Amino acid sequence: MDAAPLPAALTPFRAVGRAVLGLLIQVGSVVLFAARGVLAMLKPPWFFGQFVRQLQTIGYFSLPVVGLTAVFTGAALALNIYTGGGRFNAEQIMPQIVALGITRELGPVLAALMLAGRVSAAIAAEIGAMRATEQIDAMQTLSTDPFHYLIAPRLAAALVTLPLLTMTADIIGVAGGWFVATKALAFNPTVYVRNTWDFLQSWDVVSGLIKAAVFGFIVALMGCYHGLNATGGARGVGRATTHAVVSAAILIFAADYLLTSLFTHR
Amino acid sequence: MSTPPPPKLEWRGVRKSFEDAHVLRGLDLSVAAGRSLVIIGASGQGKSVTIKTAAGLILPDAGEILYDGEIVDTADSRTRAALSGRLGMLFQSGALFDSLSIWENVAFRLINADGVARKTAKARAIEALARVRLGRQYADLYPSELSGGMQKRVGLARAVVSNPEIIFFDEPTTGLDPITAAAINDLIVQQVRDLGCTAVSITHDLASARTIGDEIAMLHDGRIVWRGQAADLDRSGDPYVDQFINGRSDGPIAAAF
Ligand SMILES: Nc1ncnc2c1ncn2[C@@H]1O[C@H](COP(=O)(O)OP(=O)(O)O)[C@@H](O)[C@H]1O
Ligand SMILES: [Mg+2]
Repeated sequence: MDAAPLPAALTPFRAVGRAVLGLLIQVGSVVLFAARGVLAMLKPPWFFGQFVRQLQTIGYFSLPVVGLTAVFTGAALALNIYTGGGRFNAEQIMPQIVALGITRELGPVLAALMLAGRVSAAIAAEIGAMRATEQIDAMQTLSTDPFHYLIAPRLAAALVTLPLLTMTADIIGVAGGWFVATKALAFNPTVYVRNTWDFLQSWDVVSGLIKAAVFGFIVALMGCYHGLNATGGARGVGRATTHAVVSAAILIFAADYLLTSLFTHR
Repeated sequence: MSTPPPPKLEWRGVRKSFEDAHVLRGLDLSVAAGRSLVIIGASGQGKSVTIKTAAGLILPDAGEILYDGEIVDTADSRTRAALSGRLGMLFQSGALFDSLSIWENVAFRLINADGVARKTAKARAIEALARVRLGRQYADLYPSELSGGMQKRVGLARAVVSNPEIIFFDEPTTGLDPITAAAINDLIVQQVRDLGCTAVSITHDLASARTIGDEIAMLHDGRIVWRGQAADLDRSGDPYVDQFINGRSDGPIAAAF
């Protein structure tokens, strides 16, 4: 279907229009997909075995990656803030800033980004390959809804797991800062911990965990969406994997900004 | 006996296009209960699409699918779910779940849809595997550890394990050696006879078509161009069928490369 010829001056608008329409269609289908996924999480049949398996692959196996990211980030953050704080003689509030930065922002975002790389990609590849080899079709003919059997367990597992991973990242990240502060910068170990603890409010941590739950949903959603909609064999699976990671990362940053502005206007 | 019973399954004016490719262009076809229909046709003519529209895996652009004389709205997920409980399908590619063992593949519907306990389901899966002559030593292997012919047999066991009313076989013998192919044909005939179910099969293997089919329909250009008893295939008088069964490159069917 080609549109009627346009005056030459208008052709750039056609390209823009097409891109905008394409984007809207894409957004619409992601929203519909998400709604079906949420519905499948809430309504039986529930596949607990699949859920537990996903908890393990999404959560447990991501621990080392998330832990390593957190410890180095906490340490680097401590050094940076110490140096920056030194410019106006405020080195001593470094522990508080590190704790704030980790719990409210870096813990959830970094854990989510690592998960986007590890988990979104793996989900998209697995489900995409199942689509390409007609396993999704086969599942339907075996009276099993892929939204219940494949999508819901992944969404739920990521939703539950990422806050737990983030909590771990928070602790390890602060520990990274503590390590640098006490070993390289002559902070008193006990005072550092006490300062951090006294300063942090529960909302700092909780808001980070809420973010993490949203990010977890995004990570699994993008993997599932691009995987289930993969077309065109092996190349299609490759494409789905890339799209899953890129779109998950972008959506995480966008959601992070929205949630942060929501939380800070409280 | 007043009116004859409606066909078990019927396609009525079914159309399906993928972008610019008009695959089905008003397909009319039916199969009576307890009969075995074979669809033949060159590759890419839409044979797989035909059975996928009946199984609710592909939504037709126009036309109707009727089971037992009633229109089934395959766009509706609940209707589709009810429908899938009555049918079995052997996929062209096998489509076994590669993350599950052989017996879990066969028992998939029993465990995940019918709520059968794993132990019972395993026993029934092993029984179904025996019917396709696969011993229990294969039950705990994974699909990638089996040959193509064995995978087809697992797919067959998975399709028949819960005694469906209608079974679709998509190219059950393609890519198999003649001996394994003959064995698969016998298994299909036996399954259909034993279970008394209705079968729709796709093949471009004519020996297979004659063995498993009561009736044969030829699909070309998105429509059924000939349909008749399997025994009449050689005297159809139809130029498409003649070209197809004689494997000539000249005739009304242009070879696809
Ligand atoms: N899901 C799909 N998306 C786009 N095109 C498809 C799809 N399924 C089938 N087709 C196209 O429809 C045509 C018929 O395919 P198919 O039914 O598989 O043929 P065959 O008769 O060999 O089984 C082919 O040209 C194929 O590329
Ligand atoms: Mg086919």
